[in-house]
Amino acid sequence: MHTFLLSKIEVGSHLYVNITETAHLHGETVGVSAFVVAVVTLFLVLGTRDLKKVPGGAQNVAEVVYELIKGIAFTQLGPSFYAQFLPFVATIFLFVLGSNWAGALIPWKLIEIPSGELSAPTNDINTTACLALLTSLTYFGSGFYFKGLGYFGRYVKPTALLLPINIIEDFTKPLSLNFRLFGNIVADELTVSVLCSLVPILIPVPIMVLGLFASSIQALIFSTLAAAYLAEAIE
Amino acid sequence: MVDSLVAAASVIGAAVAVGFAGIGPGIGQGNAAGQAVEGIARQPEAEGKIRGTLLLSFAFMEALTIYGLVVALSLLFANPFVG
Repeated sequence: MHTFLLSKIEVGSHLYVNITETAHLHGETVGVSAFVVAVVTLFLVLGTRDLKKVPGGAQNVAEVVYELIKGIAFTQLGPSFYAQFLPFVATIFLFVLGSNWAGALIPWKLIEIPSGELSAPTNDINTTACLALLTSLTYFGSGFYFKGLGYFGRYVKPTALLLPINIIEDFTKPLSLNFRLFGNIVADELTVSVLCSLVPILIPVPIMVLGLFASSIQALIFSTLAAAYLAEAIE
Repeated sequence: MVDSLVAAASVIGAAVAVGFAGIGPGIGQGNAAGQAVEGIARQPEAEGKIRGTLLLSFAFMEALTIYGLVVALSLLFANPFVG
């Protein structure tokens, strides 16, 4: 595909790593995602390694994060289902938050790579599409698991007239999840890079702080919506 | 010739996409913020809950503008009609 360059800002250029003739990876996305997964895992292992009655340090932070995610799952899924889906919601929340903040907090620009640049993995539409499709698969799967073929009854409620709209909704749900996360992260990074190319000092800092805040809200929203869709499918 | 025409149309399309996408959410966010301030003025002890809900609904409204932005960005940087 064609990419333009407007005032030295690159969007959609990647470091292609070929696996076979036809398949390739986006090297920088996979690399940073692996880094994020490693950091999140390390944090959770350190936070839950010897647990104490009176928490301190990493355990304190881990408990705050757990309470937050448990709150999300509990309000959406209710007392009888939340425990089963807590790992899924937590995985999505921690990965999205980790990726968004990894792009905002770590000065990746200092590391030069042959093409493209290192940034948040959620900056690549493939990452967010994967997360959104995972959510879709999970709610289909759990709908079938809990209700069997009766799951399809959902499509003709409240009346059979709504059948097409209900079917379309299954496609728009992952699409909107996907675009919401991708668009927000790209918009943040674009705003910062445009401001940096205009005034490279001090002015972009408030926008960066705003971006940090917005990206944590995006993680919250993605996991809340995933939990809400799950709840809709299994209720 | 055709290429420059496509480029010009894409730039205008991008501007229109993001511009019009900003209108609706702007009105919506204004309404929501006004109602939230009203709610806080009437019931100051509920401020925390109102703020949380307001931020969450802001993010949903913002998503609509962001869709416009995604269209604009794909027209500018990954145009399917060029080349």
